[in-house]
Amino acid sequence: MAVQCYIEQVSNYRRRVGPVIEIRIHGRGGQGNVAAAYILASAAFEDSRFSQAFPSFGAERRGAPVTAFVRIADKPFSRRCQVIHPGYLIIQDEALLHVPGVTDGLLPGGGILVNSTRSSAELKEMTGLDMIAIPANALAKKILGRPVPNTALLAAFLTLTGMVSLDALVKGLGQRFKGEVLERNTRLVNEAAKMVPVGIWKEANHAANA
Amino acid sequence: MPQMLEGSMALARAIALCRPQVVAAYPITPQTHIVENISKLVADGKLHCELVSVESEFSAASVALGAAAAGSRAYTASSSQGILLMSEVLYNIAGLRVPLVMTCANRAVGAPLSIWNDQQDSMAVRDAGWIQIYCADNQEAVDATIQAYRIAERTELPVMICVDGFVLTHTMEQIEMPSQEQVDGFLPPYCFARALNSAKPISIGTLVSPDFFSEVRHSHHQALLNAKAEIVSADEDWAKVSGRAGGGLLGVEGDPGAKVGLLSLGSVIGTLRDALNEYPEAGPAKLIKLRTFRPFPTEALLETCAGLTDLIVLERALSPGSGGIIGTEVRAAFAGVADAPRIHNFAVGLGGRDIPLNIFPRLMEAAKTASPIPFAIFDVNLEKLPESER
Amino acid sequence: MTTETISITDLRRTQPRFSGIESGHRACLGCGQALAARLVTESAGPDVMIANATGCLEVFTTPWPESAWRLPWMHSLFENAGAIASGMEAAMKAQGKHTKVIAMGGDGSTFDIGFQALSGMLERNHNVLYVCYDNEAYMNTGIQRSSSTPHAASTTTSPVGKERMGKRHLKKDIITIIAAHHVAYAATASVAYPSDLRKKVRRAMAVEGATFLQIHSPCPLGWGYNDALGIEVARLAVQTGLFPLIELERGELTGAMPLRHPTPVSAYLKMQQRFSHLFKDDPRALEELEHLQAIANHNIEIYRLRGDGIDALDSEGSDTVRRGGSRWA
Repeated sequence: MAVQCYIEQVSNYRRRVGPVIEIRIHGRGGQGNVAAAYILASAAFEDSRFSQAFPSFGAERRGAPVTAFVRIADKPFSRRCQVIHPGYLIIQDEALLHVPGVTDGLLPGGGILVNSTRSSAELKEMTGLDMIAIPANALAKKILGRPVPNTALLAAFLTLTGMVSLDALVKGLGQRFKGEVLERNTRLVNEAAKMVPVGIWKEANHAANA
Repeated sequence: MPQMLEGSMALARAIALCRPQVVAAYPITPQTHIVENISKLVADGKLHCELVSVESEFSAASVALGAAAAGSRAYTASSSQGILLMSEVLYNIAGLRVPLVMTCANRAVGAPLSIWNDQQDSMAVRDAGWIQIYCADNQEAVDATIQAYRIAERTELPVMICVDGFVLTHTMEQIEMPSQEQVDGFLPPYCFARALNSAKPISIGTLVSPDFFSEVRHSHHQALLNAKAEIVSADEDWAKVSGRAGGGLLGVEGDPGAKVGLLSLGSVIGTLRDALNEYPEAGPAKLIKLRTFRPFPTEALLETCAGLTDLIVLERALSPGSGGIIGTEVRAAFAGVADAPRIHNFAVGLGGRDIPLNIFPRLMEAAKTASPIPFAIFDVNLEKLPESER
Repeated sequence: MTTETISITDLRRTQPRFSGIESGHRACLGCGQALAARLVTESAGPDVMIANATGCLEVFTTPWPESAWRLPWMHSLFENAGAIASGMEAAMKAQGKHTKVIAMGGDGSTFDIGFQALSGMLERNHNVLYVCYDNEAYMNTGIQRSSSTPHAASTTTSPVGKERMGKRHLKKDIITIIAAHHVAYAATASVAYPSDLRKKVRRAMAVEGATFLQIHSPCPLGWGYNDALGIEVARLAVQTGLFPLIELERGELTGAMPLRHPTPVSAYLKMQQRFSHLFKDDPRALEELEHLQAIANHNIEIYRLRGDGIDALDSEGSDTVRRGGSRWA
């Protein structure tokens, strides 16, 4: 009995995947950072890029530290390892800056965006690291009625990096939210985008290669 | 049309497309999202089936068995402790030759308690008599699930689709969901010749004496061996419908002239694929994706590995006190074969330990030893243990 | 080769007394469970599907390649009859069929290892009749005690000795636990009262939802009596009050077979080897007899087996109606 097996001759087997942008999002269980990762990946897809998002859970309970990973690239990739050398960090809760390992592996010149009411100067003094902060909780409270920081952080992040359009972000949000909730989130996107300088973290500097 | 979907959502939709009539659901991390998504589909009227929320995994498998025996296409899913709890039923289902499909969202088996991914659970039931197919990504999981019903119903063997927990179930990536028409064209309505029916009563599950037992076991073993052809044809036929092939029994990629092969299964394949491209200096290698573990594709393996000098077998489970599971079966396949490759066997990523891209060059380096490594847990750090436990 | 089909109606007409189990099976002489299963399947008719737990019944009816069953029947495992039946019922619902599913198990699989699956089935109210053949021990494996074994009974795992007088614990009150699931109908029955048993089967079959029958099924080997005396032994179990015949609907007592003259428990116990130690010259024996009589008295009291009022001693008449049960003949 002849048994077939598939031989995929990848003619150009040495082709590299090309730059893969890697982002790590730190939060706590219940803060929705996994959702943030999914929305960011969806947004990238809406802008015709290839993307992947997945969580790394600690214990199954509210409040436990949760890390989520996002990869964005222009060509398909298949790696599924955790992000060890992120080009960017998004920190959903300022208190997490004190957790050991949160900023480990950041690529030189990599960008850190923090949900905080402090200024960049204050945070630099505290941690020795350059970072940009926005008061995402307050903004969300004002527009959404709840201090959920994700949408604001993503909007700020995409404004800083320009890697995915804000339109695509809104489309990505539309996968999860409808009606009035979507409307408010869209307003939040626009408000948060105004809070950070445009394009100062262009992706070319921070693409991760292996 | 591709879309971004979390793995478990894609799986839930794939199940719905197969039109199951009975779904038995019991939650366990990391499979929970699959049954939650199915429940939502039922609640929203998008999936019309009897959803039985059972009180344990043991009953989940039993309800699925009862339904399939009574003539309805059925489904259930579990992981880790749940797979072990239902293991008695799994043996029963296979021995009774009832067609059924289930998802195993691979997770480590306690003790020690772990909610994270490895493949000890499905490996623990490898002798239950099920077909086992391992998926490298969520697209494969969707396609394999649909193919699984056809394979199960044609071979009268249950099929376990293995999907790495968290790594695949909770990962959102681009998926092409097939249409209902494509699936309907591929999967006929459930047809089980021995279904229970009061118009034609039969007895299923009788006591079998020593006079007949060996013959029954032989026929089961033979059925599994014969299933290889069905597994391959299901993949080929689905490829004609969808444009996507999963690799049948096993798939090969990489440098066709390479003398070193790297064999593994499940989601680690994706990482290894990128690693081969990112570390060309580590040397050319063939990446062998084991898609079907049961039945074990001996002939395909030997054919694929012909000419290799080294074969690195990378697995996500082990048999404590013995060594690797897949490694042992691979070695057995090569027993007596002339010019067999040196076989190096490693377990990696146990209990959810992350497998980084650079594992590839490190494995290639490790394979350069004078004598092949019979078995080792590759990413263990003995410094973390007291002396006496190393 | 020609195929013949027969409609269910014609089947019933040509077989006025439907035989779900054929003779020629391998049960012991005088087996109470075989009799009970025959009575149940006769009353249930041919349009049923059976999920049978591991135990004597499936072993003696299906020595492959033979089967005594004239009904669609499946045996899976020891502890999952309730779950298998749930799956079969879900399939019937999904297929729009009305074939009734009957789960069958002994006391071991019902009271003990299969209890979880049974409880789940009841909670989800599957349209299944669960029949428990209660012979008060794990008989198929050689007479080991189950939670259904009566207090002071001797079994291989609750033997009599210097330190022990048989089973220390009480017989699990399964019917109350079942009734606490608030199912439409739960009842006890005995092979010594076949009309009552048949009535109860038909009553349960007519319910659209989960129902439960506990049928006292004497085991000549396990209980230790002359196999010709099974019916007499079973009758005495009822007449002493040790195995009351009651009906519970949605948790409320709605029927009870009255005892005009309750028999002292010793009459029942001394017929069986498993209680022979209670009739030896042993101070503990008297104490245990008193315990068992107290259990019987307690049953008589809580189930009002002696009834109250003039019409009280009539389980099918006004007393039953007064208590809210429905008369079912």
